[in-house]
Amino acid sequence: MTTTLVFEQLLNGLQFGLMLFLIAAGLTLVFGIMDVLNLAHGSLYMIGAYLAATLTQATGSFWLGLPLAALGTGVVGIVLEVALVRRLYQRDHLAQVLATFAVILIADDTVKMIWGPAPIMLAAPAALAGPVELFPGFFYPAYRLLIIGVGLALALGLYLLVARTRTGMLVRAGSSNREMAALMGVRVDRLFALVFVLGAMLAAVAGGLLGPLLAVEIGMGENILILALVVIVIGGIGSIRGAFVGAVLVGVVDTAGRAFLPDVLGAFLSNAAAAQLGPALAAIAIYVLMAAVLFFRPQGLFPARA
Amino acid sequence: MTTDERLRRAMPWLLLAAALAFPWVATALDQAFYIGLVRRVLIFGIAAASLNFILGYGGMVSLGHAAFFGIGAYTVGALAADGISNAWIAWPLAAAVAALAAVLIGAVSLRTRGVYFIMITLAFAQMVYYVAVGLKRYGGEDGLNLPVRSTLGFGVGLDSDMAFYYVVLALLVGVLLVFDRVLDARFGRVLIGIRENETRMESLGFPTFRFRLAAFAIAGAVAGLAGALFANHNMFVSPAVLHWTQSATFVVMVILGGIGYRYGGVLGALVLLLLEEILAGYTEYWHLPLGALLLAVVFLAPHGLSGWLERKGAR
Amino acid sequence: MSLLEVRGLTKRFGGLVATDRLDLSVAEGELHAVIGPNGAGKTTLIGQLAGTLRPDAGSIVMQGLDVTRRSAHTRVARGIARSYQVTNVFRRFTALDNAALAIQACSGSSFRFWRSAARETALFERARALLDRVGLRARADVPAGALAHGEQRQLEVALALASQPRLLLLDEPMAGMGPDESERMLQLIASLKGRVTIVLVEHDMDAVFRLADRLSVLVYGRVLATGTPPEIRANADVRQAYLGAEATA
Repeated sequence: MTTTLVFEQLLNGLQFGLMLFLIAAGLTLVFGIMDVLNLAHGSLYMIGAYLAATLTQATGSFWLGLPLAALGTGVVGIVLEVALVRRLYQRDHLAQVLATFAVILIADDTVKMIWGPAPIMLAAPAALAGPVELFPGFFYPAYRLLIIGVGLALALGLYLLVARTRTGMLVRAGSSNREMAALMGVRVDRLFALVFVLGAMLAAVAGGLLGPLLAVEIGMGENILILALVVIVIGGIGSIRGAFVGAVLVGVVDTAGRAFLPDVLGAFLSNAAAAQLGPALAAIAIYVLMAAVLFFRPQGLFPARA
Repeated sequence: MTTDERLRRAMPWLLLAAALAFPWVATALDQAFYIGLVRRVLIFGIAAASLNFILGYGGMVSLGHAAFFGIGAYTVGALAADGISNAWIAWPLAAAVAALAAVLIGAVSLRTRGVYFIMITLAFAQMVYYVAVGLKRYGGEDGLNLPVRSTLGFGVGLDSDMAFYYVVLALLVGVLLVFDRVLDARFGRVLIGIRENETRMESLGFPTFRFRLAAFAIAGAVAGLAGALFANHNMFVSPAVLHWTQSATFVVMVILGGIGYRYGGVLGALVLLLLEEILAGYTEYWHLPLGALLLAVVFLAPHGLSGWLERKGAR
Repeated sequence: MSLLEVRGLTKRFGGLVATDRLDLSVAEGELHAVIGPNGAGKTTLIGQLAGTLRPDAGSIVMQGLDVTRRSAHTRVARGIARSYQVTNVFRRFTALDNAALAIQACSGSSFRFWRSAARETALFERARALLDRVGLRARADVPAGALAHGEQRQLEVALALASQPRLLLLDEPMAGMGPDESERMLQLIASLKGRVTIVLVEHDMDAVFRLADRLSVLVYGRVLATGTPPEIRANADVRQAYLGAEATA
């Protein structure tokens, strides 16, 4: 275990964490402000990835494909919000689970109808195919650096939006106390739609960026959704800051855990035991973390709710 | 009693009669293949009924119920792999191990409420999932084939599709009867009281945590039994049975059937699985109409199918 | 003989001190009223006595036993029962089922899984007797949510009485009641006097002065004065802080 390896894994963790943040941000706002448990959020991530792949191919440019995919997913988001999610605000969580589960089913098969059942290719832009020398002797893939860059930029942008603009203030008010915000005259329905669409677009960007690294396939939404749920629970439902810290934490713990835990265990246990136990423990590490947070501090690290 | 009411009361008996007759009819019509299909529905019916017990009657929304289902399945699988296939040992053991897991998971989870409870049960189920994936000895990701079906003795060979079908049906009826009695007894009243108003129950002097834990363990045991049957049904067990989407499917079944209705779990399992089969026969993309139907239920039948049927009968 | 001893009870909600080093002593068999302006911390006090709120400091001793850290359900076993200021009954159950559930809590184990509870005639007889006690016998089969407001408040008291408590905490039992209903409730509480020790939180001054053996006046989470009704009436501090407007009216 060299320092370069450790550093590389930490960067990978950060990279994954930042993408998780983009997905979790929308999920936590929707849950925090509208109190809607939207299981279909992962489907928006999937749609973003598929659109990015298709539009990149159609336009010949990743730099065009990605933003267009985000816009396209935003449109899907608007339609989804107006047609369905709007009617779920008054319903209990179980009804929301059933309805958004239904959306997952519909989305999965719609994608299958359009793109077929096999995973599709989304290639990283050729210009970023190679590694970049960050420090003498330490090389890191350029594409992953891009992801980190875009992730940080969007995180900063979102922070500025929420903390410094009037809209952001309304979002925070709604997150903290929805009834009060409505009573104070906030145009709640417009705010909700805006939050939903924003979340959809961020998820799409994450989908497009992660596409070249993970597979673009049906079911990718369900896999990432569960991680996003872990993130928002750890971070605190409704809190952007919590989503950020939670996401980076989850990303680093998961990535570093998978990379190093088998080796660390190998120091104490036999090789065979470590080889078996390691990956399993690494996989459950984040769930143990979430269970611990829920037990000791159920509102999460940065509770947003009053 | 009006005709409608008479029909409503007779319905469970009619369904039971249909279920009893089904294998004979199917065989006679040369459609014996469907016996396995309906048997699968019955097995999931047992699992869904156990979730309805804690979710519908106890108000505990668990998104990790597949953990107990899967633990039951893996117990049978592991025992079979190691040469033990006596149903009288394997099945109660499956239920017991699942119940133990429920006690451990519940001891931690039941300290939380609402959405946090949903999430923590999900977390524990995921842990069980990854442990199963990591169990190379029992197939890991690829799963484990069962060399033989469990044996019941008494000349009842579960290798016969029909015999196994009737055993499953008997267990389903037994489980429903047991739940009925428990819900009618003091314990059931407390459970429902906790769902209605937990703080008041505490103020009345009920140690609510103990009751919820007991209910959780009972549900876990029954789900484990269902899992044992499932492993036998497929002659195969894999981590897929522990995936969170399986837990979500159980919740969907209960909501679909009607939360807190006596046959809510079973009805939901029946409708969901049959719909899957029927729709898959028409189109490759059967998730679409299924999703649309579920949406219809959310908005047109907010109390599930049981509630909808009740309303229809009441008119 | 003091049944309940409260010493230095403190409860904070963030920056707000709801209960401020409160001392209170309730004698056995007395009806001890707790009055005070809105926000004085009366319901917070009841919550801590009943076990639904954890105090930050101080002690609550019931018949020599320290119950400060005990859960709500343990307190019932120790003989403490409470009624809620905002009606907190089982709205979907009938009044009879409400009462039966309350009785069930104190009549043997509820970890019974086989015998039908509906068949327990003894249990339901006691439940009917309980409803009769509070004047709800005729309304036994009405869902609690469909009862009139006053009837619901009566059911509230019934649920608290079910455990045959030694100490009964009544939190504004007459809240929202008209004059007839209030009189009925007053008669009910009067009939309990002497048999059960009662801590009564109320705004209805007429009822308080008719019922109470002693009064404690709560202001900003502290007891300003304790005494018999005439003593409290005459107390200058109390008149200034609380009864001022009424005394001159």
